[in-house]
Amino acid sequence: MFSKPAMRAKIGVLVGLVVVAAALWMFQGLGSGRRDFILGLRWEKLTALILIGTSVAVATVLFQTVSRNRILTPSIMGFDALYLLIQTLAVAALGVAGFAMLAVGPKFLIETALMAVLALGLFGALLGRGGGTADDIARTILTGVVLGILFRAGSSLIGRLLDPNAYATVQAISFANFGRPNAALIGWGAALSLPAIAIALWLGPRLDVLGLGRDRAVTLGLNYRAMVMGTLALTAVLVAVSTALVGPVAFLGLIVAGLTHGLFPAARHRLRLLAAALIACLLLVLGQWVFERILGQQAVLSVVIEFVGGVLFLVLLLRGRIR
Amino acid sequence: MSEGIQIRGVTHRIHGAQILQPIDLSVPAGKMTALIGPNGAGKSTLVRLIARIDPLQNGDIHVGGLDVAATPSARLALELAFMGQHSGLVSRLRVRELVAFGRWPHCQGRPGPADHAAVGQALTDFDLMPLADRFMDELSGGQAQRAHLAMTVAQQTPWVLLDEPLNNLDLAHARALMVHLARLRDQGRSVLVVLHDLNFASGWADHVVSMKAGQVVAQGTPAEVLTEPRLSALYDTPITVGSYQDRPLILHHM
Repeated sequence: MFSKPAMRAKIGVLVGLVVVAAALWMFQGLGSGRRDFILGLRWEKLTALILIGTSVAVATVLFQTVSRNRILTPSIMGFDALYLLIQTLAVAALGVAGFAMLAVGPKFLIETALMAVLALGLFGALLGRGGGTADDIARTILTGVVLGILFRAGSSLIGRLLDPNAYATVQAISFANFGRPNAALIGWGAALSLPAIAIALWLGPRLDVLGLGRDRAVTLGLNYRAMVMGTLALTAVLVAVSTALVGPVAFLGLIVAGLTHGLFPAARHRLRLLAAALIACLLLVLGQWVFERILGQQAVLSVVIEFVGGVLFLVLLLRGRIR
Repeated sequence: MSEGIQIRGVTHRIHGAQILQPIDLSVPAGKMTALIGPNGAGKSTLVRLIARIDPLQNGDIHVGGLDVAATPSARLALELAFMGQHSGLVSRLRVRELVAFGRWPHCQGRPGPADHAAVGQALTDFDLMPLADRFMDELSGGQAQRAHLAMTVAQQTPWVLLDEPLNNLDLAHARALMVHLARLRDQGRSVLVVLHDLNFASGWADHVVSMKAGQVVAQGTPAEVLTEPRLSALYDTPITVGSYQDRPLILHHM
């Protein structure tokens, strides 16, 4: 699968680091009492972090391939804002009690399906033509930014029209919190994201062709439109999983994709997806361990990720790294 | 030998502007056909429609007996290869990797000995072996153009469609490309190439099609199409045509 020994070595190092980070997370400072209970809690959170990291990383790599751009992420384009808008609309329509009484799993599945349909409708038309010229890229970025603002403003507006309890519910789902992932959704999230990731890996060689651009992909016999729509659908599902578990994280994907590109500049998609997932898991597990256990919750990982990612985004923009 | 390209009643509009008037055209198989004409004539649009890069709006096109609009993508990719104006690559690729993508229609990412051999041959034919392990973003414009050409040729299709392939190539590599296209033609493959340099069309093409304002205005052998009256009318400028080795020699630089 991987032809270059150096790349295999790098993947091996990453796997080792993730294992070390996971071991630190699980066993450091365990103490002597109620070990089973503590290990259970830690295992739940570790699973959530790995699921979130893998979903965000794979979604970002997929989206950057389909948009043929290295600074765009699903989050910057408004995917997670769209998911929050759907949730806010659900709170507005059903009320806090009605929203809370909905069965967690089916609600999540319906929201995810709705998001996939809306994402395909909104972004499929935008990216399906696959122009690849500077004008197309600028238009894609602008449209995505405007859509993101529109979705967030929509959520905010609806939230302000709600009663204080409903507004508090909307606020609670509007900010990322790696310390308290939605444990009830881990199983449902895994049931959606693991098949999506497996499909993405299976599509790896086709994603390589997709990365050549529309004209090249078409002349090589790829069903370009179907491939774009399928990739967007996978992206939507993975963003829905991570947003449902932890809330919106705008710049985690950008940091992960940037590091992946730096460490594996010439990698094919299967390797790139794997590397991005490992890097994201390492960042989240190690980062959360540092902030929770070493710094004693004095700072919040999501805020640091947003700050570092925001600076990285500006640097990439200012350096003209538009693709 | 495969059938030719048959174009019937093809029109095309972009943002309301009529780019192609109704076009009926037969492009012979087993020949090198040059498509010439001034900017905005519709040459690139026509070639992109033939290759199904852009969807057909009206009329029908058959390539080697295949209905372009109805043939599955994977099957069409085994019939024709197209090289247009390439945009940048998102992935960082080495030259050898880019050329190997030309084998995708044959192997879907699982190359066998025949695919490796075809890639090696294309690299050799386009003088790319010394650059095979260089990254594409480290190449000059002309070197990158040769790599894209090698990828197109490595696809080993009966039809090769090229839109202005001589862009960025120096004289030596431009001539080498035409030699290579002539060799493909001699092997029984069919070439349709959009050219701006009329002397390359005169020197190497078997068949020339001239277009202006979205219409085919003339077609035939180079001697039939590349005449002073026809070229002067085609480009709306006086053009002198001489002769060299029984081929038209176009003098338009003074």
